[in-house]
Amino acid sequence: MREFAAILGRDLRVAVRQGSATVLVVVFFVITVTLFPLGVGPELNILARIAPGVIWVAALLAALLSLDRLFQADLEDGSLEQMALAGPPLEIAVLAKVAAHWLTTGVPLILAAPVLAVLLNMDGRGFLVLVAAMALGTPVLSLIGAIGAALTVNIRRGGVLLSLLVLPLYVPVLIFGVGAIDAAVFGLGGQANLLLLGALLLAAVTLCPLASAAALRLALE
Amino acid sequence: MHRFANPTRFMRLSARILPWAAGLALVLTLAGLVWGLGYAPPDYQQGDTVRIMFVHVPAAWMAMFSYTFMAVASATALIWKHPLADFSAKAAAPIGACFTFIALVTGSLWGQPMWGTWWVWDARLTSVLVLFFLYLGYMALWQAIEDPQKASRAAAILALVGFVNVPIIKFSVDWWYTLHQPASVLRLDGPAIHPSILWPLLVMALAFKAYFVTVLLVRIRSEINLRKIRAMQQARIAEEVGFAAPPAAEITGRT
Amino acid sequence: MSEFLAMGGYAAFVWPSYLIAAIVMLGLLVVSVRTWRDSKSTLEKLQDGRRDRRRPRDGAT
Repeated sequence: MREFAAILGRDLRVAVRQGSATVLVVVFFVITVTLFPLGVGPELNILARIAPGVIWVAALLAALLSLDRLFQADLEDGSLEQMALAGPPLEIAVLAKVAAHWLTTGVPLILAAPVLAVLLNMDGRGFLVLVAAMALGTPVLSLIGAIGAALTVNIRRGGVLLSLLVLPLYVPVLIFGVGAIDAAVFGLGGQANLLLLGALLLAAVTLCPLASAAALRLALE
Repeated sequence: MHRFANPTRFMRLSARILPWAAGLALVLTLAGLVWGLGYAPPDYQQGDTVRIMFVHVPAAWMAMFSYTFMAVASATALIWKHPLADFSAKAAAPIGACFTFIALVTGSLWGQPMWGTWWVWDARLTSVLVLFFLYLGYMALWQAIEDPQKASRAAAILALVGFVNVPIIKFSVDWWYTLHQPASVLRLDGPAIHPSILWPLLVMALAFKAYFVTVLLVRIRSEINLRKIRAMQQARIAEEVGFAAPPAAEITGRT
Repeated sequence: MSEFLAMGGYAAFVWPSYLIAAIVMLGLLVVSVRTWRDSKSTLEKLQDGRRDRRRPRDGAT
């Protein structure tokens, strides 16, 4: 537990010092969402209809941006090896790094999303569910992304391959995330989809660190 | 299981099976084509487009089968470190990807006259499209990692993660569209399949299976050869580096 | 015969389906066999080379 907090704290401090990752992710998020009204046209009904989808897709892509550096810095300076050999199980270290990633990229997305939803004229009934869905979904994005990051950590210019590997795995999150908001907007209530997102989160928290740690051990050989 | 672990034994065994598998594939394909294109009656609703089913459905079945095969082979490679397992998984991927592509394209060509649209985002199509991307990602990962041992383990992890994802996608997309009450769901199977159409379908399905075995064996043989080549090239490099030493040895008078 | 080719008016969909399937499957087969043949000949060349490199050494001692 203490090691978890130690790794988490260290990653957060590095992120705060560098600061650019968070800003980059949010700016990318905003710009991508902004492109849609420019491309699709400003008609408010259409924007309202596509708002949940656009916000979620942009969030997925923004989450991808910062993933390839998730393990690389630690691999390069040898601290990944230390984590694997001594101290806490590598899975705990992975969880800590993923938590730091989520706090620095996922949470800003959650905060920015409602603002963008206003810009896209999303129906008011969807806002609360939007925030809830993103709160449940963005950690899953970080967790699944960690698997891709671990698999490609040794590969030069692995970022594009990372996207190809991770985006198909993101599809259920996208579907349930958008489904929750659409259900709320249509008056059906987003609970079902939110529960499914919660289930995905639980499954991801247990399974993704295992796969990521296995891939990292592979990279360290 | 372990009797087949020996690559040399595999080469001998596959050399004997290959002609039979290939011959079977050819015969079954010809039979299926003649039956499906020539003798099967046109459907009273769908007319002659139902003949597309004889290619589309077996391809879709094989797309799912290949991924399952790949996942099982990957699990075997990771858990038991069976040497042929990762060759099998790597060999199966392009075959599965091709079948998935065929399923998507023929499905589209069937959908246009039947549904009036080249594509529809229903559960089945969407999950098959995602399956195609999973295949591509798997093959890309193999290419991206230089060391074949590492590549095989990384790809195995990816195959298993993807395998978990496939039912989730099917399930989630089904759920999504159930919540949305789709306007009209035109089902691919239509009414229960009449034997005059079912039989050519099964023949083609078996033909595709035989084709899978044929191409799989050929590709595994290639993999075994390529690994041997790589090992020999590395040994040769080591030898040549070793040959750089003799001058010093002669100077000191050692043999 | 022309009725067969016309496929009840759906020729534009039925024949391309079969053609694309045939092209893809035959293409994969050809590529796979070619890779196998190339790997086989490269392997044989390497193995012969190894035998040749060993002989002079034995001759020298």
